[in-house]
Amino acid sequence: MAMISDAPALQQSSEPAESATAPSRAARYARPMLGLLLPLALALGWELVVWFGWSNGRLVPPPSRVFATIAELARSGELVRHIVATLWRVSLGFAFGVVAGTVLGAISGYWSLARRLLDPTVQALRAIPSLAWVPLFILWLGIFETSKIALIAVGVFFPVYLGVMGAILSVDRKIVEVGRTFRLSGFAMIRRILLPAVLPAYVVSLRVGLGLGWMFVVAAELIGASEGLGYLLLDGQQLGKPAQILAAIVIFAILGKLTDWLIEVAAAPFLRWQDAFGRAKGA
Amino acid sequence: MLALDRVSKTYPNGVQALSRFSAEIRLGEIIAIIGGSGCGKSTLLRAIAGLDRASAGTVTLDHEAIVSPHAKIGIIFQEPRLLPWLSVADNIGFGLADLSAAERREKVARALERVGLAEKAQAWPRELSGGQAQRVAIARALVPQPEVLLLDEPFSALDAFTRRDLQDHLLDLWADTRPTLILVTHDVDEAVVLADRVLVMRPRPGRLFDQIEINLGRPRDRNSPLFENFKRSVLTSLDRSLDRNVPDRDATQGPGQAMWW
Repeated sequence: MAMISDAPALQQSSEPAESATAPSRAARYARPMLGLLLPLALALGWELVVWFGWSNGRLVPPPSRVFATIAELARSGELVRHIVATLWRVSLGFAFGVVAGTVLGAISGYWSLARRLLDPTVQALRAIPSLAWVPLFILWLGIFETSKIALIAVGVFFPVYLGVMGAILSVDRKIVEVGRTFRLSGFAMIRRILLPAVLPAYVVSLRVGLGLGWMFVVAAELIGASEGLGYLLLDGQQLGKPAQILAAIVIFAILGKLTDWLIEVAAAPFLRWQDAFGRAKGA
Repeated sequence: MLALDRVSKTYPNGVQALSRFSAEIRLGEIIAIIGGSGCGKSTLLRAIAGLDRASAGTVTLDHEAIVSPHAKIGIIFQEPRLLPWLSVADNIGFGLADLSAAERREKVARALERVGLAEKAQAWPRELSGGQAQRVAIARALVPQPEVLLLDEPFSALDAFTRRDLQDHLLDLWADTRPTLILVTHDVDEAVVLADRVLVMRPRPGRLFDQIEINLGRPRDRNSPLFENFKRSVLTSLDRSLDRNVPDRDATQGPGQAMWW
């Protein structure tokens, strides 16, 4: 893995990078804005098309109607109820999936006998499309929260398990040897060598897991729920309210991005040593 | 004193990498181990470091058998092997976990000063050049004050100028506490510049072939005729260890050649 290679990187002091970006701060913020141009233009265009009456916008409501729907849902308190329900399910499912994935992934990565015993089974289970579990989970765990959270946890589990195991297996043997020459005990070796070496890949697997968690919460709530953003989707379809469907989609997008960003921000202080690489690549 | 007594190593695949290697190395001596590829010199170093156990024979430091990494034995590898998530200062202090934070800071600061990287204390390893990174690795190995420092082709990945600088720098640092240095190299020049004694190894299976004392004062002038003489005798011995037919290189006999058979 590039991040733990100890090859000398190109010499890069922070001063020139600083002075290069300072005068062009406007340019730095302008560049991501470019990406917004297309969706904004499309939204505005559609808004105008409906405004001028060229389309009635019944099946594809204009942005203003979608935002009006969101505002209305927010005013009635419905929105918060649905968001809380969905967030609660994602959080619990994510937590269970991460704990199970981390523990089993760490065991398989660290201990080759466990890997031989455990990994083939996990890989076989992984080959099953996770949604195929739904009928079984409903039979076993009922139609309410438990089966939904189990489904989300299953979705989160696999990327985390694979990420942790793969990260441990690919820790540079040469760095581990440095730990050995300084006579680190098993625990110190884990704390001072393995954990920091594994962290970047772990954060990536958490983010992938979270993305799958959001995917599966939709599936779980479409199957049968009386509240939650997935319920809003289904309700919008059954009552023919496309604006409500789009409103739910927009909120999913915002929440998904927001939670992903939370992981990124929480991990940033521990991954500062990688910054130079990210900066060089982005420049 | 570091004593190697008939150290042998056979790998599980049946390859005999090292056969009955014996040597006695005094405290403060600088030893260079040189030999063709596959002569087991790295295997030997790893056995001394306690990273790999010998299949037979013993390594003892002051009558204590070495079977696992030892506090009095430090090692520097071909690559710096710095921990990329630690700053330069924290990398140097890595082996000082037992000390109090204040003591550690003080020792690290002194070491940084000593290797001339004080202004890089808070830099990340990836921001260093190859030579700087290897200097950090040297500081990291020296700061716990080992009695024996092992070096496995430590400068072979560096360019010629940096290599010379670091060879001189290593001698300079060595003079502070005078640990035993055991240096594996394939560079004859490096062996003669640094070592008190050059051990020539012979491959398949790896074993000791010849020893050449380098009776030169320090600092050594790389261009002096005497230096050239020692280089020539090491080269001749190396050629013989590989069973190459050597035309009599020169009438002037280097001291090591007397050891031939």
